[in-house]
Amino acid sequence: MDKKKVFIAGITKENPVLMMFLGMCPALAITTSIDNGIGMGLAVIIVLLLTNSIISLIRNTVPNEIRIPVYIIIIAAVVSIIEMLMQAYTPQLSTSLGIFIPLIVVNCIILGRAEAFASKNNILNSMIDALGMGLGFTLGIFLMSFVRQLLGTGVLNLHNMFDSSVVFFQFNIIPKDFVIDIFTQPTGAFLTLGFLVAIVNAITSAVKKHQANKKVEAK
Amino acid sequence: MELFGFAISFILVKNIVLTQFLGICPFLGVSKDSKNALGMGLAVIFVIFMSGIVTYGIYHLVLIPLEIPYMRLLTFILVIASLVQFVEMVLKRFIPSLYSALGIYLPLITTNCAVLGVALANIDQGFNFTQTLVYSLSVPIGYLIAIYLFSTIRERLELSDIPTPFKGNSIALIMAALMALAFTGFAGIA
Repeated sequence: MDKKKVFIAGITKENPVLMMFLGMCPALAITTSIDNGIGMGLAVIIVLLLTNSIISLIRNTVPNEIRIPVYIIIIAAVVSIIEMLMQAYTPQLSTSLGIFIPLIVVNCIILGRAEAFASKNNILNSMIDALGMGLGFTLGIFLMSFVRQLLGTGVLNLHNMFDSSVVFFQFNIIPKDFVIDIFTQPTGAFLTLGFLVAIVNAITSAVKKHQANKKVEAK
Repeated sequence: MELFGFAISFILVKNIVLTQFLGICPFLGVSKDSKNALGMGLAVIFVIFMSGIVTYGIYHLVLIPLEIPYMRLLTFILVIASLVQFVEMVLKRFIPSLYSALGIYLPLITTNCAVLGVALANIDQGFNFTQTLVYSLSVPIGYLIAIYLFSTIRERLELSDIPTPFKGNSIALIMAALMALAFTGFAGIA
């Protein structure tokens, strides 16, 4: 199996947020700031790496009939650990993500990858797949939070998630009087994702057309 | 009367789909046909109500006395998964007509984050038992209203002339944005 292809697929062709529409709840709910987006993305990457590797290791011992309950228990255990670690080390992020940290358990990406990939492949490939999918998810929600924070508050900033007093960067781009408040609200979330998906659709069809033209010319 | 206001605020003002973003996957996935959306909404009402009560009981009668509240995620997801299985079996045995109507949506509900979300919110927001009952019933009613309205709009979208890149989920999301905007109008009620 081509490892590079597995890795790239998660980010582009099978991007969970923009192409497959998996894990929509956190993608819409917590993308009000880049801090939240990146924090959520990292949490999902870590959970996905752990669950994919554990499930890949036990894939031959678990009877086929009860595999889904077993996967769910493994995922719930991993998420419980991450939840407690985040409460201890990133309290600010943990408060602002709130209920969406425990809800990683029912994020379709995690169970989806366990069932579609980790249960059939060896541990190395499963980890690469987890990394690709996790990064793809992070990229999707980073784009969402970038647009929403920029248009909704006019400020782009990133804090250190372990110590919220440390600011990595802060740009005031749009003056306060010109921000579009609605982008920080639920309406803005749906609107941003709708347009991002349309842009991605337009790009994919343009790329496909380009490749088709190239093939014709080559002939 | 206070409970009535409490219920209305969760059905309309803090609508679970359009303001809390829970249960988005089935909201987008099962809303192409209004009949299916209605079935999904009814199944969700049943499962959220039951799981809300059962998880509340387990948390306060088992996990708290044993001092293992950090096990809530593990127990809740097990309760929900087995409850969905149980509901499926009971319906199949006793009300086959309802079972065949809801059939394919029942297994999907396990991974509907609204179910786990309501179970966790009951605990996190420190509701008492009456509030848990009202909350676990009013949230899925709001879900049913949202998904049914949304599906009727989507049925009409099928017939309209939409720019190619916007076809499918993109225009659906933009419609959801407009619905969310309309629902913010309820904010004055409660």
